[in-house]
Amino acid sequence: MSDVMTAPLAGDDAGMAAGDLLVMLRHGPHGSSWLREGLEAAMVAAAFGREVGLLFTGDGVMALLEGQQVGPLGQKGSDNLLAALEMYDVERCYVDAAALRARGLTAQDVTLLPVTLLEHDEVVALTTAFSRVLSF
Amino acid sequence: MRYALAVYGGPYSQQASHSALRFADALLARGHQLTTVFFYHDGVYNAANMMAPPQDEPHLRDRWLSLAENHATRLQVCVAAGLRRGMLDEREAARHGKQGHTLEAPFELTGLGQLVEATLDNDHLITFA
Repeated sequence: MSDVMTAPLAGDDAGMAAGDLLVMLRHGPHGSSWLREGLEAAMVAAAFGREVGLLFTGDGVMALLEGQQVGPLGQKGSDNLLAALEMYDVERCYVDAAALRARGLTAQDVTLLPVTLLEHDEVVALTTAFSRVLSF
Repeated sequence: MRYALAVYGGPYSQQASHSALRFADALLARGHQLTTVFFYHDGVYNAANMMAPPQDEPHLRDRWLSLAENHATRLQVCVAAGLRRGMLDEREAARHGKQGHTLEAPFELTGLGQLVEATLDNDHLITFA
């Protein structure tokens, strides 16, 4: 499943390029403001010139499905924020493959952003490649 | 070591503030430095200057104040998360035409950039959510 979108991993210890800040997004786009406030933290860090990575895990993978718009509950959707990521130079987006599988999703469902699918040991390597991790 | 804390949990709703304060006490007792506490998400309510808990419960805002007074810890509140939730200092209250204000020094309204700085400029950043 992780064939199509997995970027080549070069070098030692699963070879993730080093970065300043990894932002983990563990909540879906609706029901709480975690996802939105996490994305905002990532974008501010990128705007400050930091090398930022995003890891979608847990229910956070739901943000990558199309159509997360403003809903009848009045919460802003996450689509507009995700669309702005590239403008902020947040280009390193990763998805926890196990979290996708657990929700009956495949790489084909993730069309909103170019992402790299990671298996568990690669997720662990990712967290060590970044000097700091913020979890939302 | 230089530490910063990020607090995302609302006071009295969650364990986050209590745990963060206990962690702060422990690290200071061991001779480390606590430079910054950054309040984000529902954590911004920790700065509420009208907080009036029953007397047999810890006064969380006063506990944060004592960190600022005794250890020069900066207490920073995300302005965007704060304004949404009604946490306004005198200046913001005037700007938004509100009577009274809900946040005051030593708490300061700052941008999310301060969270990024606190994350990268200290040896450790510990999140309490």
